[in-house]
Amino acid sequence: MDGIWTPLLLSLKVAGWATLLNAVLGVAAAYGIARWRSSARDVVDAILTLPLVLPPTVLGYYLLVLVGRRGVFGAWLESIGITLVFTWQGAVLASTVVAFPLVLKSARAAFEGVDHQLENAARVLGVSETGIFFRVTLPLALRGIVAGVLLAFARALGEFGATLMIAGNLPGRTQTLSVAIYEAVQAGDDNTANLLVLVTSVTCVVLLVIAGRLVPPAARGLGDSYERRRFRRGPATR
Amino acid sequence: MTPFLRRTVFAAALTFGAAPSAFAADLVVSAAASLTNAFKTLAEQYEKVHPDTKVVLNFGASDVLMQQIVRGAPADVFASADQDAMNKAEAEKVIQPASRKDFAANQVVLIVPTDSKLGIGALRDLTRADVKRVAYGNPSSVPVGRYTKGALEAENLWEAVSAKGVPAQNVRQSLDYVARGEVDAGFVFATDAAIMPDKVKVAVRVPNRTPVTYPIAITTQTKQPTQAASFVQYVLSPDGQAVLAKYGFQKP
Repeated sequence: MDGIWTPLLLSLKVAGWATLLNAVLGVAAAYGIARWRSSARDVVDAILTLPLVLPPTVLGYYLLVLVGRRGVFGAWLESIGITLVFTWQGAVLASTVVAFPLVLKSARAAFEGVDHQLENAARVLGVSETGIFFRVTLPLALRGIVAGVLLAFARALGEFGATLMIAGNLPGRTQTLSVAIYEAVQAGDDNTANLLVLVTSVTCVVLLVIAGRLVPPAARGLGDSYERRRFRRGPATR
Repeated sequence: MTPFLRRTVFAAALTFGAAPSAFAADLVVSAAASLTNAFKTLAEQYEKVHPDTKVVLNFGASDVLMQQIVRGAPADVFASADQDAMNKAEAEKVIQPASRKDFAANQVVLIVPTDSKLGIGALRDLTRADVKRVAYGNPSSVPVGRYTKGALEAENLWEAVSAKGVPAQNVRQSLDYVARGEVDAGFVFATDAAIMPDKVKVAVRVPNRTPVTYPIAITTQTKQPTQAASFVQYVLSPDGQAVLAKYGFQKP
């Protein structure tokens, strides 16, 4: 059983960290882009969305060239004691980059869907800009953000190509579920492959059920009360 | 169906349907990753002599190729980097035992990046603390990994070295890891090291515990046994052997 728990826990750890990073970075970037008025906006958005369309091998190669021991930032990273190639942190980096656009896209759409009049109303009432973001904009956009973050977690959990290129296939250290399955199939070890595939499928179903139970109702609740409040005030914005 | 739709469907059918039958006789040769350069040249020369045959090459770790054939991949010829993978293929009855012949020999070497300052000169040096990572083929699917494991076990070094090991999917990945300096040292075949003389250098010639020989055989499911036999014959012929020698392979 050890051969299953180790990759499963590692996959969850890597996907968890990648999701956490993306929840912060992706939301911040989405907010910035949604509010930024510049012609460069579309170019920046396109560059940040690239991981969604580029093959994972291209991303893996970029990462290797950037953070590898002899990469552009490799020597600098090594001097401050960070090694990314062949480490689980490298797997986190790969998963984060690959899943980033999913948070960015959903969060940007969510921020752009927020009614500016509500933010202006808060502004008139003397709420600080930080306060407006955390008490008005973020709660209103939360539903879209949560959807994006969940997608990102799922994508990070299934990440394979870029992870294999930068983190390698070190049993117990960087061998995530998807990489372990690949190795088992390559070695012709069907029993292990079957077991790992089953564990992955069950894990994903469990995660989807938990996500369905916990997150959307809370987010929907916010949306509902917002709708109700708006209804009570009358169809001002329709 | 509108004329436009009909034309689109027709074009799609043409594209998908016509491509595979472009050549009358596609001979699929699954060969070990270490044979990549040599077999590309071999195939080119073979096609010059036999213009009606197109050689389609499929490279990978020997065990992976063996698995593909066991699962029904349409390979006609299988060339493995060790006897183990070929034995498994024979046990699975996917190759014709009578056609099996050794066609080349090789040598396992320990390589380091050309600018390495660690001064690795013996297998024992790999256990030093300043040697952080060592690449080798995954022993469960890559022949060079099995040779490596055997050699290190014989000197009681396997446990210490595998603790800092980076298992690669095939021998060329080990080579690439060393060439990029991502690992401090790696095990490959002498013929692989010779491809990148500007990036890697041989630190230790690993003594062969078991002879490093390459067997070739015709698969049982081939639909063109005559062409398959002719290709195997070409590999074993003086012309074929000359190509292999050019890339540093020895006679079996």
